[in-house]
Amino acid sequence: MAEKKLRQIAIYGKGGIGKSTTTQNTVAGLASLGKKVLIIGCDPKADSTRLILHAKAQDTVMDKVRELGTVEDLELEDVCRRGYGDVMCVESGGPEPGVGCAGRGVITAINFLEEEGAYTPDLDFVFYDVLGDVVCGGFAMPIRENKAQEIYIVVSGEMMAMYAANNIAKGIVKYASSGSVRLAGLICNSRNTDREADLIEALAARLGTQMIHFVPRDNQVQRAELRRMTVIEYSPEHKQAAEYRELARKITENEMFVVPTPLEMEELEDLLLEFGIMEAEDESIVGVAESA
Amino acid sequence: MAERKPVKGVTIEKTEKLIAETLAEMPEKAAKKRAPHLGANEPTVSSCAVKSNKKVVPGVMSQRGCAYAGAKGVVWGPIRDMVHVSHGPIGCGVYSWGTRRNLMQGIPGVTSFPMDFTSDFQERDIVYGGDLKLEKLLKEADELFPLNKGMSILSECPVGLIGDDINAVAKKMESELDKLVVPCNCEGFRGVSQSLGHHISNDSIRDHIIGKFEFKEEAGPYDVALIGDYNIGGDVWAAKPILEEIGLNVKSVWTGDGEVEKIGATHSVKLNLIHCYRSMNYMCKVMEEKWNIPWLEYNFFGPTKIEESLRAIAACFDDKIKKNVEKVIKKYKPVMQEVIDEYRPRLDGKTAMLFVGGLRPRHTIGAYEDLGIQITGAGYEFAHQDDYDRTAPEMAKGTLIYDDVSEFELEKFVEELKPDLVGSGIKEKYVFQKAGIPFRQMHSWDYSGPYHGYEGFKVFARDIDMAINSPTWGLVKSPF
Repeated sequence: MAEKKLRQIAIYGKGGIGKSTTTQNTVAGLASLGKKVLIIGCDPKADSTRLILHAKAQDTVMDKVRELGTVEDLELEDVCRRGYGDVMCVESGGPEPGVGCAGRGVITAINFLEEEGAYTPDLDFVFYDVLGDVVCGGFAMPIRENKAQEIYIVVSGEMMAMYAANNIAKGIVKYASSGSVRLAGLICNSRNTDREADLIEALAARLGTQMIHFVPRDNQVQRAELRRMTVIEYSPEHKQAAEYRELARKITENEMFVVPTPLEMEELEDLLLEFGIMEAEDESIVGVAESA
Repeated sequence: MAERKPVKGVTIEKTEKLIAETLAEMPEKAAKKRAPHLGANEPTVSSCAVKSNKKVVPGVMSQRGCAYAGAKGVVWGPIRDMVHVSHGPIGCGVYSWGTRRNLMQGIPGVTSFPMDFTSDFQERDIVYGGDLKLEKLLKEADELFPLNKGMSILSECPVGLIGDDINAVAKKMESELDKLVVPCNCEGFRGVSQSLGHHISNDSIRDHIIGKFEFKEEAGPYDVALIGDYNIGGDVWAAKPILEEIGLNVKSVWTGDGEVEKIGATHSVKLNLIHCYRSMNYMCKVMEEKWNIPWLEYNFFGPTKIEESLRAIAACFDDKIKKNVEKVIKKYKPVMQEVIDEYRPRLDGKTAMLFVGGLRPRHTIGAYEDLGIQITGAGYEFAHQDDYDRTAPEMAKGTLIYDDVSEFELEKFVEELKPDLVGSGIKEKYVFQKAGIPFRQMHSWDYSGPYHGYEGFKVFARDIDMAINSPTWGLVKSPF
């Protein structure tokens, strides 16, 4: 049997856009297609694996490091858990907001996983689910040399989500020029805004990429989440499960990997104007209070 | 002040030509940045002083240290009865341990703490923050060394990067341990050199120490403090007796062989005598503003400067002190003449180039001149404009001034000016000695000292003679 080529994928997007939910549902979809997947949660909140493990929060790499004293004393078995569909799960973990350095936690965790051989040859995919705001170098760790080559940005038709997507694209350009990381597509996690699919298609075109899939909004996702499950596992026959399986299939077959062409602020605003998301700026009202 | 007699063969034109030749060998951008830092001395025009206190040009070898070095190595380290904690990974603490020769009295571990206390940061301390570890460390250090009079927390770079709040920890532990705990945010990446570390440390002394203590004895009219003498090679122990001999009462020393409670009571002295202006002028100015304490720079290197300084000090006091000063000067004159008679014949007409830290280039010039040595080039690692303003009048016209000189520049200058002695740091020492040029390590007095005061001048004269006139140089044959 020919050796499998491991594909490493990082999921970025604005905070609260639904990265973790989308990632876990998509991974469950890949698992249901028979793929072997490892999820690495790169967010101190450590909520990237709960739907796969049916757990509130798994022991994170950094939690164990703190407990044991040094990262050298840590074993892979201490932090790797197997969940639905044989998906392997790891959370990097980190401090509560306001102390220490969460970015360093991500670096420490990924280095540990590499050194300890968590990337086993039987794996088809590694998914990095990264904190929404790439606030420092630590959160860019997953897209450095020899790590994730494919990036999917989760986005919706809301203005700030699109701003964030464009900013992430800028970050990818920086790393793409020095390595092999490429933008593989936008995943639209619908918020039911007007002409959302068209808008994201247009944004994707401007960025030089594709909208790989439009995931409609469906409360079945929340019903599954209440049970700490993915839709795929909770209700495999539901139409939303079919959407995630479709996204999984598209990712498997995706061959469109590009260096993105991020938009200038004005271009992005023009696009938003065009789709009626933003109104034309009226300079006369800027900085004027209501009572004035 | 009389202008220095010109150095033979040194002119402004020649010096400027040398600078131009040196700059010509650098990339255009670097040369443009370095040019204002090099100059030919104009003793009477202070505006010609070189540019200083700027970021090192990337790519050149600089001799500078960092803010942490300025705080731990210079200001805090010499305070003998405090525990000084290097907060962060272990390297900064261990490589700054015992390297500065700030001698101290006391019983190590009991009344003095010349040890390396460090929080030894690991990955988990970076990720989760080191505040709790710091608390634990302070508790343990206080349990192990209960006679300490206080603790300083000296931040290394990572502490600032991850945003640990050492100020809050210090405040908490100060009340919990009922002991002075001083936070000092002296992360190495701050500022352009160790100079900012001095300033930050001065600010910490201002905020946490000064005014918190009182001297046990009654205040007297002759109370003074020695500021900015770090007792390198025992300099304080050579300078203090002179001041006592003229009838002054040295109540505290900042910070060489220093005691923190005396430092904290210094606001009640009558005059602050400052040795290293660069590293402690800040606190002199604070004490002047807040407690109306005047301050005076003094220089005890070589008999000429000692006499000058003693008379300037005497002018701040009454006739009793003035009389004492004249008596002391008279007493030591023959002793000093004896030293000069012994060494000057062998050193007269020699030249030297200096590149050291805060005050030494300008302060030691007098001592060289007492031995007949002329200074042809001088510069500082981390000086500011006011240091160069003070240096220009001490140097002959046309001599070379270099700020934050790179190894390349210094080598080139020495090659051209061919001094009989180079006085600089450990990183330069072997470069020049291997080139057959006598050298003294002037940060630590080359494991010798003291050089300050009457006692120090004897040692200084002996060492300089030993360096320049060593028969070794005649035995070295170049293989090339």
